[in-house]
Amino acid sequence: MSANRARVVVTGLGATTPLGGDVTSTWSALLAGRSGVESITEDWVDSVPVKFAGMAAVDPAEVLPRPEARRLDRSEQFALVAAREAWADAGKPEVAPERLGVVVSSGIGGIGTTLSAYDVFKEKGWNRLSPFTVPMLMPNGPAAWIGLDLGAMAGVHATVSACASGAEAIGYAMDMIRSGRADVVVAGGTEAAIHPLNIAAFAAARAMSTRNDDPQGASRPWDRERDGFVLGEGAGIVVLESEEHARARGARIHAYASGVGYSSDGHHITQPEPEGRGISMAMTMALKDAGLSGQDIKHLNAHGTSTPAGDVIEVQAVAKAIGTHPLVTSTKSMTGHLLGGAGGIESVFTVLALRERIVPATINLNNPDDGIEVDLVHGQSRALPDGDLAAINNSFGFGGHNVTVVFQGA
Amino acid sequence: MAVSEQEILEGLGKIVNEITGIPASEVTPEKSFVDDLDIDSLSMVEIAVAAQDEFGVEIPDDQLKNLKTVKDVINFINA
Repeated sequence: MSANRARVVVTGLGATTPLGGDVTSTWSALLAGRSGVESITEDWVDSVPVKFAGMAAVDPAEVLPRPEARRLDRSEQFALVAAREAWADAGKPEVAPERLGVVVSSGIGGIGTTLSAYDVFKEKGWNRLSPFTVPMLMPNGPAAWIGLDLGAMAGVHATVSACASGAEAIGYAMDMIRSGRADVVVAGGTEAAIHPLNIAAFAAARAMSTRNDDPQGASRPWDRERDGFVLGEGAGIVVLESEEHARARGARIHAYASGVGYSSDGHHITQPEPEGRGISMAMTMALKDAGLSGQDIKHLNAHGTSTPAGDVIEVQAVAKAIGTHPLVTSTKSMTGHLLGGAGGIESVFTVLALRERIVPATINLNNPDDGIEVDLVHGQSRALPDGDLAAINNSFGFGGHNVTVVFQGA
Repeated sequence: MAVSEQEILEGLGKIVNEITGIPASEVTPEKSFVDDLDIDSLSMVEIAVAAQDEFGVEIPDDQLKNLKTVKDVINFINA
């Protein structure tokens, strides 16, 4: 770590997830080991082979004023709700617009709007489309609306890397602060992809669990009986700030965001590379960026999506790059997989684990698969040790994108 | 089928409230959308789209720009 580079701290947290409409309710559900996965009751469920998902616990359209909600895609609604929570949690920092940035991503963007607007177009014609159709479907829409809400002028960005998008956004935001472009950056990920076309398409890729007789048992990372991921929706947002700026205003600091590592597999468009070399590389680079060694990492919130191929490859790479000692969990066992939102909510969870010194257990993990040496937290939550703490959030995406973010206790 | 002015006014009030949050009671015939109700041009398009669905009339863009007041819209729908 270069000596003159700004250190980045996390001063605000916001989330809306299948477990709760805010950070507090989501975190208590995680510690209680609750599943946010439910059967889908929409008429279209008969047309798809997967009949459950992690629907948001609180409908964002019910939280936002109606005139605002109707101009926003659901992915934008989630992002705005979580960003406002994070901003309030950070104490609504006073910052010059020129020093405030936003990096918020979605893996798929406003696909709900794209599909419903196409129906309106076909059935009623072009002049029945909302004039807000384009800003609702564009994948930079969530970042742009948050930027407008806060008056950010230092740059509003949307990094897109499928299920690594949210983590990549947080890494990019850290880099904005460390390179001196901004003092405060609102960052994270959002997704609203529970639509029959998306479910059909992921099912066509043979990526989803079809455990229709047991939806809450479907997301079971590392378990021998796992059969694919479970789709979830929502958003997770953090407020990042240079340490100097946060200290000067006396802000409460949840954690340091101290390192980020990026890599790509260079292997296959959807399949993980069997040796996990790209994953190891992301983790190794993130450690180096943070100026830490593997021994310093006490906890890891894994990508762990519950797919047969990916889960074990990831923790074998963890054993190589970090060691077998960190307490490893996959909160996707409870939230489902939020795609571009995953890196956002799981960064919030990683920060909370450091702050509260406790790791929520992976649920449904009854019989760990072969070839796993790391310390998987299952059965019940486990306390983190006394002393200095650092933790990792991993996110990987279709396309072979790997992002590792390192957080340290404040 | 003819619709009374009062029914159109009530329907417009609901649409304007839904789109902008302005109370329906403030949507009265003499009000100008831009000057009195502070409604911008994209919101006017949203209102026109909703009004077309509600009242079953087409409001072409070149007509829309002439509809300055609530009364103008009522007259257009009734014409």
